[in-house]
Amino acid sequence: MIRSILMLGVLIFASTGGEIAITLGMKTIGEPKRLRPKELAVFLLRALRNGWFWTGVPLMALSFYALLVLLSWDPISFVIPASALNYVVGTLGAKFILREQVTAARWAGVLMVCAGVALVAAG
Amino acid sequence: MNRDLRLRIKTLVMILAMVVCANVGDLLLKRGMNQIGAVPVSLVGVTHAFALTVTNGTIWIGILFLSGFMFSYMTVLSWADYSYVMPAGAFGYALLTLLAVVFLHESVSPRRWIGVALICLGVLLVGQTRPSTTTVAVSEAAD
Repeated sequence: MIRSILMLGVLIFASTGGEIAITLGMKTIGEPKRLRPKELAVFLLRALRNGWFWTGVPLMALSFYALLVLLSWDPISFVIPASALNYVVGTLGAKFILREQVTAARWAGVLMVCAGVALVAAG
Repeated sequence: MNRDLRLRIKTLVMILAMVVCANVGDLLLKRGMNQIGAVPVSLVGVTHAFALTVTNGTIWIGILFLSGFMFSYMTVLSWADYSYVMPAGAFGYALLTLLAVVFLHESVSPRRWIGVALICLGVLLVGQTRPSTTTVAVSEAAD
């Protein structure tokens, strides 16, 4: 059980960390003006030269592998619902790292996900 | 035909494709990992298991389905609101648990079902948020 919780931690922090890094990278690159092939190619090249992007990609690969390891240990009816903790850590990251405004309804949702995962983990 | 109705049908079909791809993908990953067996907690064990996963056909078919999920998700978000698509994501947790019972014969206690229901509700609430609260330079709308 301890190893599952630790691996779940790796899964959640790597995937949220990866998403936040990619969001930061994309925000520094900015939106493509028009969705035309040439501008999309320029956009892609700029993304590939961005440090945040290259921080995010290995983290997301790590989170995928953590998911596979977790699936090899535990029933899927535990692993996938527990991965909803992403929303909790993601909301904290959105609030404190990306400085997004988080509504009261969203905090209520975060609490419900926590309670739900606790029940799922208890079996 | 009514344009509004067509848009609704198109959106629902894409959301259905999204949920089916995500769940089938996850179930295939589980099946692949069952074939490989529990990954041992050691450097040698993890490296060996990594080699087994990248050569496992079931895992790759699962990844294909998950790519299909990503594709339909991004496509539907190009025209539909995030807060409209989000409930489908929440519903996905309940469907996956049901599929785990039916296809993988996992036993799910009433307590775990209540947990899944709470997660669905929570994810629904998290999704009810304005799509952009930070100031980002907005480019002109595409014609």
